[in-house]
Amino acid sequence: MQHTSTQDTLVGLFVASGIVGLFFLAMQVSNLSSFTENDSYTITARFENSGGLKVKSAVSAAGVKIGRVSAISFDPKTYQSVVQMNIDARYNTLPEDTTASVFTAGLLGEQYVNLEPGGSDDYLKNGGKIDITQSAIILEKALGQFLFKAAEEKK
Amino acid sequence: MIEFLQHLGKSTHTSFTKLGRATYFLLQTVTGILSVLPRPGLLLKQMYSVGVLSFLIITISGLFVGMVLGLQGYYILSDFGAEETLGVMVAASLVRELGPVVSALLFAGRAGSALTAEIGLMKATEQLSGMEMMAVDPIKRIISPRFLAGFLSMPLLAGLFSAVGIIGGQIVGSGLLGVDEGAYWSQMQAKLDFQDDIINGVIKSIVFGFVASWIALFEGYDAIPTSEGVSRATTRTVVNSAFSILGLDFILTALMFGDD
Repeated sequence: MQHTSTQDTLVGLFVASGIVGLFFLAMQVSNLSSFTENDSYTITARFENSGGLKVKSAVSAAGVKIGRVSAISFDPKTYQSVVQMNIDARYNTLPEDTTASVFTAGLLGEQYVNLEPGGSDDYLKNGGKIDITQSAIILEKALGQFLFKAAEEKK
Repeated sequence: MIEFLQHLGKSTHTSFTKLGRATYFLLQTVTGILSVLPRPGLLLKQMYSVGVLSFLIITISGLFVGMVLGLQGYYILSDFGAEETLGVMVAASLVRELGPVVSALLFAGRAGSALTAEIGLMKATEQLSGMEMMAVDPIKRIISPRFLAGFLSMPLLAGLFSAVGIIGGQIVGSGLLGVDEGAYWSQMQAKLDFQDDIINGVIKSIVFGFVASWIALFEGYDAIPTSEGVSRATTRTVVNSAFSILGLDFILTALMFGDD
C-alpha cells in the first residue's frame, strides 16, 4: 500500500476535524472565551458566615454575573470568613459603600455573592474592602429559631 | 497440591517475564519515534489506517451515545423539574468519562485488533525477520510509526466523540423533547470548566491512546507465529486493552476529580 495524495488529504481532514471538535469543546461547552482572569480586579469582603460559598462561585450585581470568588479563608483573629473576589475590569464603578451578601439561587441552588451598590461617589479599587456584609442564611439555624419561637408563643 | 503450586509459580513467572518484555519493547518503540520524525510519510500512512478509518465508527457511536444520554437524562431530570440541566449532565458525562473511555474501547476494538493482526501476520510470514536480514530495524520501520499514529489519533477521536455526542444530546433534548436550547448550552457553559473538565478529558484520552497502542503492538510483536497464535493475540489485545482502559480510568478519575 503506497501512500497517495488522497490519503494525505484524508489524514489532513481527520486531524482538522479532530481539532475542530476539541476547539468546539473548549469554546462552546466550557465557555473559555467569556471570562478571563486577566482583565479583572480583586476586592475582599468579610462575612460572619459564608455558608456554602465555594471558590469559583459567581459574584453578581442586579442579577448579572460580574465576577467570581477567587479565594475563601478563615481569619483566626476576628473569626470571620474572608472572601476574595475577582471582578471583571469593565465593571469598575462599584461604590465604596457597596453591600455584599451571600444568597442562594433558588431553594436548593448554589450560593453566590450578591453586590448591592450604595450611593458613595468613590469607587472600589483593586484590593478594596467591602465593609457592609450580610451572612449566608443557614437553613438549619433559621428553622431552629423558628421552631424555638413557635414553642415560646404556645406557652 | 504441589502441582497447583508449580502451576501458580509458572504462570506468575511467565506473566512477569512478559511484562518485562513489554516494558523493554515500549522503551525501544519510544526511542524509535525519533527516527520516524524525519520520515512523515510513514506516520501519515498509519494515521490514515488508525485514525481516518476509525473516524466513522467513532462519530456514529458518539452521536448515538449522546442521543441516549439525552433521552435517559430527560426522563430522570424531568421528575425533578430540572430538564434545563440536561446539557450539564450530557456534557459532563461525555467530556469527563464516556468520551475518552468509550472512544478508547472502540479504538482498541477497531484499530488495536487490526494492528495486532497485521504485525502478527508479518511475524508469521517472516517479514519481520526478513527486514532484520536487510539490516532494517522492524521496530523503527514498522512499530514506532504505528505507535505514534495511535498516540496522536486518540485525543482527536475522543474530542470528536464528545463533541458529536453533545450535539446528539441537543438534537434529542431540544429537538424532540422540548428542552430550551438556550438553557441547554448556557447551563453547560456555566458548569463545565476548561481546565478541570476538558483538559482532564484530553489527558485521559492521551493516556488511553498510549496504553491501547502499546498493548496492541506488543501483542502482535510477541504473538506465536502461527495462525492460531495470531488469533489468540488479537483476542488478548481487545481483552487486555479493555481491562487496562477501565482500570486506568478509575485511577485517573480518582486523581483528577477527587477534591472539589
